[in-house]
Amino acid sequence: MSGGGRPRLAVFKLASCDGCQLQLLDAEEALLDLAGAVDIVHFPEATSRSEAGPYDVTLIEGSVSTPSQLDEVREIRERSRFLVTMGACATSGGVQALRNWADAGELARAVYPSPELLRSLETSTAVSDHVRVDLELPGCPVDRGQLLGALAALLAGTVPRLSSAPVCAECKRRGYACVMVVRGEPCLGPVTRTGCGALCPAFGRACYGCFGPSRTPNVASLLDRFAVLGLTRDEAARKLRLITSWSPEFRAALREEVPAR
Amino acid sequence: MVPLASCRKAGEPATFLREHRERKSEGTEPVRFMDRPAFGRLLAELARRGYAVIGPTLRGGAIVLDHVEGLEDLPRGLGSRHGPGVYSLLRRDDDRLFGQAPGPDSAKRFLFPPRERLATVSRPGGRLTVDRAADGEPPRYAFVGLRACDLQAVLIQDRVFLGGPYRDEPYEARRDGAFFLAANCTDPGQTCFCTSTGTGPWCRAGFDVAVTEIDGGMVAEVGTAEGREVLDAAGAREASPDEIAASDRAVRQAADRIDRRPDLRGIGEVLYRNAGNPVWDEIAERCLACGNCTAVCPTCFCHDVVDTASITGQEAERSREWASCFSEEFTHVAGGSPIRASGASRYRQWLTHKFASWRDQFGVPGCVGCGRCVTWCPAGIDILEVLAAIRARDGERDHDERHRTAVR
Repeated sequence: MSGGGRPRLAVFKLASCDGCQLQLLDAEEALLDLAGAVDIVHFPEATSRSEAGPYDVTLIEGSVSTPSQLDEVREIRERSRFLVTMGACATSGGVQALRNWADAGELARAVYPSPELLRSLETSTAVSDHVRVDLELPGCPVDRGQLLGALAALLAGTVPRLSSAPVCAECKRRGYACVMVVRGEPCLGPVTRTGCGALCPAFGRACYGCFGPSRTPNVASLLDRFAVLGLTRDEAARKLRLITSWSPEFRAALREEVPAR
Repeated sequence: MVPLASCRKAGEPATFLREHRERKSEGTEPVRFMDRPAFGRLLAELARRGYAVIGPTLRGGAIVLDHVEGLEDLPRGLGSRHGPGVYSLLRRDDDRLFGQAPGPDSAKRFLFPPRERLATVSRPGGRLTVDRAADGEPPRYAFVGLRACDLQAVLIQDRVFLGGPYRDEPYEARRDGAFFLAANCTDPGQTCFCTSTGTGPWCRAGFDVAVTEIDGGMVAEVGTAEGREVLDAAGAREASPDEIAASDRAVRQAADRIDRRPDLRGIGEVLYRNAGNPVWDEIAERCLACGNCTAVCPTCFCHDVVDTASITGQEAERSREWASCFSEEFTHVAGGSPIRASGASRYRQWLTHKFASWRDQFGVPGCVGCGRCVTWCPAGIDILEVLAAIRARDGERDHDERHRTAVR
């Protein structure tokens, strides 16, 4: 990190639920270690201290959903040495990117009494669609261990390593019985990136893909398998159309299934 | 326990295929019999000797391997059905303990655990200290009910981890202390093909005790002196000729019921000369590259080494974890580019290693015919169908140049 004192850490939020920041605030003892290792200069949810930068490490949660966020994210990039996006919103557009599959104006008119007051972009998108991002941490929310591990690696001056293997790899390591093979549950584990600790299969639930696509996922084949398990093509596609539907890989697979806008 | 040396003789044949020996003609060691209470005493005796007893148990709708305290933890009257991408349990009309084919787990989960710390590094007072010590004493496992395929898999992993000039110390420590109470298979699954790989259903080597479950109890064959002691402690009596005949019949019937009989003759050469076969591309369209096949394979040993540091920078840890040749990331080499970028090349690598280059590397094929990779494939891909397709289309060439590279 930069010479002199402790590295300066900033945490920002765009369109999001704050759940990823909470992973940091809930880190208990590790948070104390972190506060000792870095100088937290901007973190509105934790402190009223706010410095303009520059920052050595910046964490951003949330998607780019409004014109002002678009400006903000560009400013943040300029003030940041390492820009790390955290969570499904910041890395793929999040659940709010479901509007990208519809007519945003029509949705606004259906929901708000005065939609003309809204200052909203047509689409909800990942931060990396707009500025260079140095590291993307997936998940809804981001995994605390992965977040702290990445920060620890950056502080140690090494490249953080995030496995790109599918959830199945972790599911099998932990010895969970496969919900798809044993119970015929349509599970996104084979195409979803690990990092969550196979949390849903641990409780006998199918993965719903909140960590987004694994590396080179074969989504088309999985959707074919869902059809064998009794899902209609539309039901199978809906499994993908959830939290990370706007990730490039899932988006491409969904475009095969539904006509493009 | 089984002496390690006996498990990895240099001159062992390149195939396990061997005719079943008639027990009656074997030496002077009497065959024993245990009723259910005696078998319970045997489990207790293993625990008394300090073993962590590992056996089949029901969890999450599947028979897995885990710590068992006694008879009550073993499945009772449960059978299993297996198909490509399909597994289910069913109620039997008896109370057999080993009445089902193996589930996803094998001894690999314990002898080569999915995640293991290799070293910790700390710097108290600024001085770097590396501690390679494992977490306490290595566990001494007693495996109960491993089938013949899984015993052979242990012998194969011995070659992998201990066979060369570099011995894997953590594996060796666990392997050295292990006790094997094996079970001759009486209820194979529908994806099993051990009679074709020559690895079952009879347990031939590598056990302390091998039992065959029949009505009323277990017929037990002694493999080692410790096995005999444990049987004595459990009060196992000498088996009657009828009991021995019943046990032989049960395993022979199991062998007859295994109706998957792939033609594996010369399969290694077939695979080697079909690196450019279009079948690989066709399979890759279905293959999810999820690595489930490699995780459940009792011989697959690929792993990754991962370093992590604490936030304070005062402690770091090096660990290894199961990895898979199906992962694109796993094929990255120095410089960062993958050597097997396509799913087809990774599938080909796995199958060709398993049936061809494994033999060149370790002297035996890497497949024990347990069928797990078929059952636990979420896409329902059947390796025997893939092998048959390659053989049927032997010599077909893909026009795509990228597949013309050698696989060795």
